[in-house]
Amino acid sequence: MSEFVIELLITLSKISVVLAVLLTGVAYSVYAERRVSAFIQNRYGPNRVGPQGLLQPLVDVIKLLLKEDIVPASANKFIHSLAPVISIIVSLSTFAVIPFGDTITIGDRVIKLQIADVNIGVLYFLAMTSLGVYGVTLSGWSSNNKYSLLGGLRSSAQMISYELSMGLAIIAIILMNGSLQLDVMVNNQAGWKWNIFLQPVGFIIFLVSAFAETNRTPFDLPEAEQELVGGYHTEYSSMKFALFFLAEYANVIISSAMITTIYLGGWQFPYLQDFGLPPMLVSIIQILTFVTKVVALVFFFIWVRWTIPRFRYDQLMNLGWKIMLPLGIANLVVTAIVLMLLK
Amino acid sequence: MLESYIPIIIIIVIAVIFGIVNVFFSSLFGPKRPNKEKLSTYESGIEPIGTAHERFSVKFYMVAVLFILFDIEVVFLYPWAAAFINLESAKMLYSFISVSVFIVILLIGYIYVIKKGALKWD
Repeated sequence: MSEFVIELLITLSKISVVLAVLLTGVAYSVYAERRVSAFIQNRYGPNRVGPQGLLQPLVDVIKLLLKEDIVPASANKFIHSLAPVISIIVSLSTFAVIPFGDTITIGDRVIKLQIADVNIGVLYFLAMTSLGVYGVTLSGWSSNNKYSLLGGLRSSAQMISYELSMGLAIIAIILMNGSLQLDVMVNNQAGWKWNIFLQPVGFIIFLVSAFAETNRTPFDLPEAEQELVGGYHTEYSSMKFALFFLAEYANVIISSAMITTIYLGGWQFPYLQDFGLPPMLVSIIQILTFVTKVVALVFFFIWVRWTIPRFRYDQLMNLGWKIMLPLGIANLVVTAIVLMLLK
Repeated sequence: MLESYIPIIIIIVIAVIFGIVNVFFSSLFGPKRPNKEKLSTYESGIEPIGTAHERFSVKFYMVAVLFILFDIEVVFLYPWAAAFINLESAKMLYSFISVSVFIVILLIGYIYVIKKGALKWD
């Protein structure tokens, strides 16, 4: 077999493993959300299907598959079907640049644990999350429903507003690393040099923006059920609805993975290299470290959703434009000054 | 260098197939019993009034326009940020001053926007 074919097979197996893990993770974060919210509200939550209700996600998928697919007569049929596809494409392909481990050695072949090691990693992430706005806006507009339209408008305005502060927080990190590559950022955070300690302000900006980008409480105005029914997916049913749901939770997982990579040291396990473990075990521990950090952050997302009430829309916009944006610029300038003084 | 983008193309193709297949799945397995009431627009149980393709608040346009301005500014900062730490001290200071001028000009615009009340939601 030629080198190219082997490389292609390795890439394909990496992609299938990552997508399988991501989709299972999505299914179980929905389950975790329901169980944790029940726990917080002193209820049981789904606990009937399988032990502790663990088979609930599977049953939900079958249920959604067998539901009728309703397209409203006044909707724009093509765009109505296109919007969920855009949402899911964006959320599934964003994971391509996130490093979930260092390298793993199988036989005499060293495999990098990252689907695509491109030198524009961060830009790819930002570009893809920006494209996510299209899915939401188009679904809101094409449904020809007032609730959907309002939800879609609110959502797009909110997502683009917080994208600015997210970009500014990332620029401060790029300043420190001098690279847009995500694995360089992770390598620079060896030991305890995690960016959360070096960039606490940037971390807070990024975290808040990530909540706003994924449309989760306290920023879940696009789907504020008391006023907008379901928001942009009011007119969706069956698998199309499931795709939006899938995309939302995939975005939560990807944001968690991104926060882990940029601020929490990625797959770095402090002082792991000093223990003298066999390389295979080291790789596995690094992957598990990454997964543990991501799971902890996903839990944090769920925890916040069921603890903090929703903002008003004007408060949300003020926070984004009048607090986060200047704070991001100030953080950027201070970082640059400190870097110059250190040199 | 370009071959490092092949995995990204593959994953996008897989995602496109996944999305399209799922959209067709729903119409394949589910029942099809449409009627006029079911296909009408949902408006909390009452008869829909007019269409949703009406005029909406101009604030959303303002936010979108301002986003384009500020996002382009952020994009201009990326190349500087990526090169900054690798510069020698004198050039570092020079580049920092240039960028500061750029940011100050931007801040003047930002203050103007705030004073004009373009970001006021009430």
